[in-house]
Amino acid sequence: MSLATYRFEVPGDDFTRAGEASGSLKRSLKKIGFDPDIIRRVSIAMYEAEINMVIHANGGVIDVEVSPQKIDIWFRDKGPGIPDIDLAMQEGYSTAPDNVRSLGFGAGMGLPNIKKYTDEMKIDTEIGVGTTVYISVYAK
Amino acid sequence: MAKPFHSVTLDESKCKGCITCISRCPTGAIRVRNGKAKILSELCIDCGQCIRLCPHRAKKAVFDPFEVTNNFKYKIALPAPSLYGQINNLNDIDYVLTALKMMGFDDIFEVSKAAELISQATRKLMSENKLKKPIISSACPAVVRLIRVRFPELCDNVLPLLSPMETAARMAKDEAEKSTGLDRSDIGVFFISPCPAKVTDTKNPIGFDKSEVDGVLAISDIYPKLIGYMNKIDEPEQLASSGIIGVSWAGSGGEASALLNEKYLAADGIDEVIKVLEEIEDDKLSDLDFIELNACNGGCVGGVLTVENPYVARTRLQRLRKYLPVSKNHLQTDDIHSLDWSDDLEPAQVMKLSDDLETALQMMNEIDKIYNRLPMLDCGSCGAPSCRALAEDIVLGYANENDCVFQLREHIQSLARSISNLEGFIPAPFRETKNQEK
Repeated sequence: MSLATYRFEVPGDDFTRAGEASGSLKRSLKKIGFDPDIIRRVSIAMYEAEINMVIHANGGVIDVEVSPQKIDIWFRDKGPGIPDIDLAMQEGYSTAPDNVRSLGFGAGMGLPNIKKYTDEMKIDTEIGVGTTVYISVYAK
Repeated sequence: MAKPFHSVTLDESKCKGCITCISRCPTGAIRVRNGKAKILSELCIDCGQCIRLCPHRAKKAVFDPFEVTNNFKYKIALPAPSLYGQINNLNDIDYVLTALKMMGFDDIFEVSKAAELISQATRKLMSENKLKKPIISSACPAVVRLIRVRFPELCDNVLPLLSPMETAARMAKDEAEKSTGLDRSDIGVFFISPCPAKVTDTKNPIGFDKSEVDGVLAISDIYPKLIGYMNKIDEPEQLASSGIIGVSWAGSGGEASALLNEKYLAADGIDEVIKVLEEIEDDKLSDLDFIELNACNGGCVGGVLTVENPYVARTRLQRLRKYLPVSKNHLQTDDIHSLDWSDDLEPAQVMKLSDDLETALQMMNEIDKIYNRLPMLDCGSCGAPSCRALAEDIVLGYANENDCVFQLREHIQSLARSISNLEGFIPAPFRETKNQEK
């Protein structure tokens, strides 16, 4: 089975560059020729998770594995961790600071949207250590 | 299949192979081969960006000479509203239209007239709520082609209506047939164009089979003659018959504002257009109803076949519009669907590496590997627009890794090291060796 793997370092100090990793993956997925709907779902979920890493965790690392069957993505950060995952998953709940809200982020739809657009989603988090969000979108 | 027509072409004798055009082409459609730029036909969208950029004026737009009008008994000019913005101190459109008649046209049909009908048809379609939102304007032929090539999944969002140019051509012929009694084939309609994409749009139309436009003249080509005639006019003929809505189509935002709906966005300039299309793709603009996109800065007034700075032209149009009624042209309700496209917009599957996902993935893997070996300078010395494009070309069999001058230099260095190591090497017959017998 052939596999393409990608790693993206997401800088935490430059908010203006958030969203670049998902844009870059989108270009590759288009070239590979995935169904447009699959690409759209991956792009949106990845964009949301990437933005989350920048807003809440001072950046991190994204690992992507692309196979003909599915696209798996791991978002690993060394941020503060999520104290209450159920609360964080609620639509409209947000802890984003005011400075990013003024850019239109922080509507509390990040995690709910990631769940909505993916086939699998798992959050591993430890307070003070960091968070890993795993998502998978099935290609077939 | 015959090679599709493109208005944007290369004058080989002027091209120095300087790579200025390759990195700024929005679809990555240019390579330098054999010392000359080569436009890849299936990727080119005729936006004219390379015409603007070429320092040697080697990129040009093919359009029709005025003489093509001689092939018809009855000639009708279809001036684009952007033409009006080219002329200084103009306060009456009739001067331009009268001068066009003096040039040899029998009649004039303003494209802005047809634009007002398209605006009305768009409002009606939007109220029916059947189209996928946000609806993307189909008036800029370069944008429609960009969507087919780079954003195929957005094809369903494109407004399936004829352009004002095509609508004007059909209506002008219908009217002339009735008024002159001539055969349709004796009536020639000629679009006075601000851009090469419109030329391409008449030869290879999208959304329907055959264009009724018989020739496309460039604004820049007829401009000097037009000004000459304008100066001779004492009292212009009353010909102008469009309102604010129609004339405003010449600038970015004109088409969108005519929808009388505030949930719209208008972007102009090819780089900004691409950014907006990316946002639509990521569902970030789903709260909007309509997106107007123009490949040229400022809208059609910024086309490469115009003569005036687009922002100056737009300001002039604002002045011209001032005393016009909002709209002078209205569709009968039963005509509403007469402006629909007959064909669906099909994506151009030219970006895909392979039809088979497994094969495409293997190729992508190979591309990524090669890309990581390249210097990532996007210098263009290899003739491809970027290191990534070179990596793709290599995997597709169109280029070689040694086309990268940095890779070539490394290979030569390593070869030189091998040669220098070998230089001190003495082959067995000439060197003293250990005894082989045990």
